[in-house]
Amino acid sequence: MSTWKKICFVADIPALGSRRVQRPQGVAVALFRTAEDRVFAVLDRCPHKGGPLSQGIVFGNSVACPLHNWTIGLDDGCAAAPDEGCTPSFACKVEGDEVYLDADELATKALDLLAPTAGPKRHSAA
Amino acid sequence: MKKMKLVMVGNGMAGVRTLEELLKIAPDLYEITVFGAEPHPNYNRILLSPVLAGEQTIDEIILNPLEWYAEHGITLHTGKKVVDIDRVKRIVRAEDGTEAEYDRLLLATGSNPFMLPIPGRELEGVIGYRDIADTHTMIEAATKYKHAVVIGGGLLGLEAANGLMLRGMQVTVVHITPTLMDRQLDGIAGKLLQKSLEQRGIRFLMGASTEALIGGKDGRVMAVKFKDGQEIPADLVVMAAGIRPNTELAEKIGIHCHRGIVVSDTMQTVTDPRVYSVGECAAHRGIAYGLVAPLFEQGKVCATHLAQFGIGRYTGSQVSTKLKVTGIDLFSAGNFQGGEGCEEIVMSDPFGGVYKKLVIKDDQLVGACLYGDTVDGSWYFKMLREGRKIGDIRATLLHGEAGANIGDTGHEGHTKAASMPDDAEVCGCNGVNKGTICKAIKDKGLFTLEEVKKHTKASASCGSCTGLVEQILMFTAGGDYSKAPTKKAMCGCTDASHQEAREAIKAEKLLTIDSVYKRLGWRTPNGCSSCRPAINYYLISSWPKEAKDDPQSRFINERSHANIQKDGTYSVIPRMWAGETTADELRRIADAVDKYKIPTVKVTGGQRIDLLGVKKEDLVNVWKDIGMPSGHAYAKALRTVKTCVGSEWCRFGTQDSTQMGKDLERALWRMYAPHKVKIAVSGCPRNCAEAGIKDVGVIGVDSGWEIYVAGNGGIKTEVAHFFCKLKTAEEVLEYSGAFLQLYREEGWYLERTVHWVGRVGLDYVKKKILDDAAGRQALWERLKFSLEGEADPWFEFDKAAVDTRQFTPVGAL
Repeated sequence: MSTWKKICFVADIPALGSRRVQRPQGVAVALFRTAEDRVFAVLDRCPHKGGPLSQGIVFGNSVACPLHNWTIGLDDGCAAAPDEGCTPSFACKVEGDEVYLDADELATKALDLLAPTAGPKRHSAA
Repeated sequence: MKKMKLVMVGNGMAGVRTLEELLKIAPDLYEITVFGAEPHPNYNRILLSPVLAGEQTIDEIILNPLEWYAEHGITLHTGKKVVDIDRVKRIVRAEDGTEAEYDRLLLATGSNPFMLPIPGRELEGVIGYRDIADTHTMIEAATKYKHAVVIGGGLLGLEAANGLMLRGMQVTVVHITPTLMDRQLDGIAGKLLQKSLEQRGIRFLMGASTEALIGGKDGRVMAVKFKDGQEIPADLVVMAAGIRPNTELAEKIGIHCHRGIVVSDTMQTVTDPRVYSVGECAAHRGIAYGLVAPLFEQGKVCATHLAQFGIGRYTGSQVSTKLKVTGIDLFSAGNFQGGEGCEEIVMSDPFGGVYKKLVIKDDQLVGACLYGDTVDGSWYFKMLREGRKIGDIRATLLHGEAGANIGDTGHEGHTKAASMPDDAEVCGCNGVNKGTICKAIKDKGLFTLEEVKKHTKASASCGSCTGLVEQILMFTAGGDYSKAPTKKAMCGCTDASHQEAREAIKAEKLLTIDSVYKRLGWRTPNGCSSCRPAINYYLISSWPKEAKDDPQSRFINERSHANIQKDGTYSVIPRMWAGETTADELRRIADAVDKYKIPTVKVTGGQRIDLLGVKKEDLVNVWKDIGMPSGHAYAKALRTVKTCVGSEWCRFGTQDSTQMGKDLERALWRMYAPHKVKIAVSGCPRNCAEAGIKDVGVIGVDSGWEIYVAGNGGIKTEVAHFFCKLKTAEEVLEYSGAFLQLYREEGWYLERTVHWVGRVGLDYVKKKILDDAAGRQALWERLKFSLEGEADPWFEFDKAAVDTRQFTPVGAL
């Protein structure tokens, strides 16, 4: 049983662009809109080094990761050959001009995957 | 829909490559049947010589194992020679009666060795050198017999001789002219080659004309007789006197042949448009190619037509040659003989075994012949194909690419791939060593630089190791597989080159990305991450104020106006005019660092301050709080103008370099360009601002300003070229601006000034800027027009087309 939750209007996502959906826990979900107004949702995390896919250039049904230019398929979250790896994809439906995601999936899916880190190494607080 | 039927006659490299290209773009269009006369699947014919020499095995040179045919549903008939084709009923018939119908027919019958029409040619032990069977015959002969004679001292003949010699035979090479490989080498290089092969134990009879082959009682050849009466013993005779396109079948079925099966630019036969031909059997514009790179190009074009895209055109190739005899390096390309109207630059060191000859005509490199040191072969070849003017680098041309560039960082200064150990790093960006590349080439059957890049990531980032990777490819895959056509397509979406796209946009006043894609026949609906940013740049630089900037066609940094970091946060670098700041600015920066908990504050190499680790949601507020202009440190645009303190303070300063820097930066900021642009101004020749490695470097001297251009401090450290000397600050602005506008109008996307000037030549740039006052002023005016009223993207969001929705998430839970 899906519990569809309205996220936004299709028009809130730029054509050939994306928006991010923050989750209470876990990495954000990236919403993409193609030139033909198809909408896809995948975890905002490249299978390569965790780059935020929502910031990439969208073309066809793919996005190029902004960090190292891997091409990720929006329908399945998988890297184009010869690169290998997939990022989890999320159920997504468009009704009229509204975009819906599955609330259960948002709350539970891929919570174990961490966002990449950067910057000076912090001394762990005692 | 019922699939169409494609039948291919011939199962060699060019034909199968065509099928591979076809399956890539239209996997389900055809039911494919292949007839091959040999009993093997497709193998790498070029590597027969290493097999003969015992360096590789047959298994290692198989390109497409039988499973490949099965996997793609291809019906393969090996060992079946096609003897007839009914073009009316469209049926192919093999010797054993096997038949196949076709809708499209591909003739890839290759070539046959040319057998000299002399008595005794039918004797046992007399063979050509063409396929696995011939190779086996030679290997077997070497175990039983002693004397081998190779007729023909060309590429193939010498490789055969070398292999037979290594297998223990006493080998004599007979050649009709005085020079070995006379189609690839001039007299001097030919002699060096001969000497080196003689030292290995091969004998030569030069200028010798064979009259007959003499047989023994057992019906096997026993001697070769020459016109001058001389006879030499021979148990094995290999005819390597050239190849002839195999047109027997085509002629039989009434397809027009003349020095091969005559094809058009679409690889269709001129007689029957259902019938295509590629490979050594095909004659395109009168030339039947025998090297693999052009044949693969033909295959690609043919595939697009079979796939019914109908977009590709094959327009001929430039070819280069390399001999596959381990330990002997030679390279030749183009018109290496010279002649009427040609000039030659020659370096000859017969004791060191090195010879280099470059042939120049009308200020362009038209030919090259290298022996003993061929590292720069691919560099010369590139120059030859691109037809670049060489006047400005003529003095160092013979020293090759290394001579023309100072530094080559990131791979320990290696220039000779062959002598590198397997664990040596080739690509310093992606940490790829030589062994990994060799393994990928062998295991995955890679042929082109593009394929190696894709599979290994070697040379896929900064590209400075491209030459090394090409060399590794050459000796691992067995030939020069660098792309042969004179122009390079922008990306996989199109056949158009950067130059063609630029010219079409300019000439036809194209104003949108869609119209460019339509006009130039893009294969993809909205391009890719490689071509779309390029086209967007060409549009806005060609038609300022008219073409609309498309943020979705810009890399994220230019869309969010900050530099993305590895964790998805951003860095912010505000503009500090010529590197000067104030207490007020520093206080605001410090406050923002505290308020937004910015983890790292770093001084950059361009005399500015970098705030690292800013969350995307905070970018707008950080910009606002700091209240300084965008530094464009994230953009393909003018970055920084670095200056020394100059005459205001410095006891050596001759000019006010800081003020000059501020004037330049204020005039040129917000200027987008094909790539980033860095400028520096020094107040005296001590050059503390390091102006010698910038795109434009300005150095103050007592009498005025010296201008240097096209320097680079990055991958290829390149010292800027002296450009001109000027008197006034106004002139510095005009000349620098005109130079940069020419670069903006003519440079290819992602080409730095160093590479652009390298491509078009400094003389060309000088002609446009220094010799043509009106042209220079017009360039400067056009740049000022472009920049007038250009928005600061950190503050004028609407005007700069910044989509602010990106800074907030949607549908918060």
